[in-house]
Amino acid sequence: MNKETNFFKRLNDWVNGEADRLFPELQETDTPKAPEPVATIGPLPNKDVLFLTSYQAVALIVVIGMVSILLYTVYKLPLFGVADNPAVNEVVERYVEKGLEETGAVNVVAGMILDYRAFDTLGESSVLLLAITSVMMLLLKDEKNTDPDEELIEAHEAVIEDHNRDMILQTMTIILMPAIMLYGIYVILNGHLSPGGGFSGGAILGAGLILFASGFGHNRVKKFFNMNTFRALTTTALLGYGILKTYSFLLGANHLPTGIPLGIPGAIFSSGLIFVLDICVGLIVACTMYGFFSVFSRGEI
Amino acid sequence: MKNFFAELINDRFMIAAVLLFGLGFMNLLLQKNLIKKIIGFNVMDSSIFLFLASQGYINGRIAPIITNGVFDAEVYINPIPSGLVLTGIVVSVSVTAFFLALTVRLYGIYKTVDFDEIMLLINKEAE
Repeated sequence: MNKETNFFKRLNDWVNGEADRLFPELQETDTPKAPEPVATIGPLPNKDVLFLTSYQAVALIVVIGMVSILLYTVYKLPLFGVADNPAVNEVVERYVEKGLEETGAVNVVAGMILDYRAFDTLGESSVLLLAITSVMMLLLKDEKNTDPDEELIEAHEAVIEDHNRDMILQTMTIILMPAIMLYGIYVILNGHLSPGGGFSGGAILGAGLILFASGFGHNRVKKFFNMNTFRALTTTALLGYGILKTYSFLLGANHLPTGIPLGIPGAIFSSGLIFVLDICVGLIVACTMYGFFSVFSRGEI
Repeated sequence: MKNFFAELINDRFMIAAVLLFGLGFMNLLLQKNLIKKIIGFNVMDSSIFLFLASQGYINGRIAPIITNGVFDAEVYINPIPSGLVLTGIVVSVSVTAFFLALTVRLYGIYKTVDFDEIMLLINKEAE
C-alpha cells in the first residue's frame, strides 16, 4: 500500500488500520480492492472544526471532573479487604452458613445464582437469547439483506478458503478439540462442586466450536450443528429452565420441601435442580457464542 | 501523609477501576471509529467488574466453596459481588454483539465506520 521505510510509521499505520500488512514487501500481488465509498466528503466547514475542537475540550473536562469525583468517592469508601465492611452483612452470612444445607451446592456462588437468585439467571439467559435474536435479525442473509457483489466476493473467498485450509490450524484443532470439549463439559457438570458453572463451561464449549469452524470451515460444523439444532437446543434449554424453576417457585420458593432430593453434598448427582439448570444455561451460552461467531462471519448458522 | 499513601496502595484496585472507567469513557466520547468506540465501552464494562470484584474480597479469606466442612462465614469471601459480575459479563457480551451488528449494517449502507462521515452522509441524504 505504501512504501514507508520507517518501521514505526508502518507500525502506526498498521495499528490504525490504514495499512493491510505490517510488512508490505510480503504482500500478495492480487489483493481485492476495498469498496469505493458511496460519496466523497469535502473538507469540513469552519463552523464544524470549531465545534469539534470545543467538543473535545469539553469531553476532556467532563471526564477529568467525573474521574476526580469518583476518586474522591473511592477515598471515602470503606477500605479494601476489611472484614467489617457494610457490604459483608447478614445476607452473606446466611448464604455461606445455610447455603450448602438449603441448596445442596458445595460452590456457594452456584447455589446463590441458581437457587436463591434463579430468577436473575433466567433473565440473563433471556438477555443472551434476545441478543442472538436481534443480531440474527440484523445480519442473517435473506432476500432483503443481500448484495450481489458481496455475495460474489464471499463465494470466491469461500472457494479459496476450502482449497487452502491452514494445516497448522487443522492439526492443532484435531489435537485440542476433544480436550476443549471435555473440559467444557466437565466445567458445566461440576458447576455446583468447583469454580465454573453453566456460563463459563458454555463459553468454553462455544470456543471449541468456533475453533473447529475456523479450522475446517462452516460446512463441516453444519453437519452436526445447523439452524434447526440451534433453535431446538436454545428453546429447549430456556423452556426447561423456566419450567423447572416455575415448579420450584410454585411449590417451595422459601425452601419448603419440594420433593426434589438434594443428594449427598460433594457427589456429582447432588444439589437437586442446580445440576440440571447448569446444563440448560451451558447449552444456551454455547449456542449463543457459536451463533454470534457464525452470524458475524457468514450471515448464517 | 504516610497514612494517605498506605490507603492509596490498599485501595489500588478501586483506583485502577476508576481510572480505567475514565479511559474507556474518554475513548467512547473522542474516537471517531465506531469499532474503537465499542472497545472503549468494553473497557468501561471491565472496570466495573474489577470494582465489583474488589468490593467482594476480604483479606486472608478463601473462595466460598465449602470442601472442608467449615460453615463459618468468617472463613469465606463475600459471594454476592461474584454473582453480580456474572450478570454484568452476560449483559456486556450481549450489548457488544448488538452494537457490532448495528455497525456491520451501517458499514453495509455507508461503506465507512467513521462516525463523523456517517453523520455527514446522513445530513447530505436529508438535504
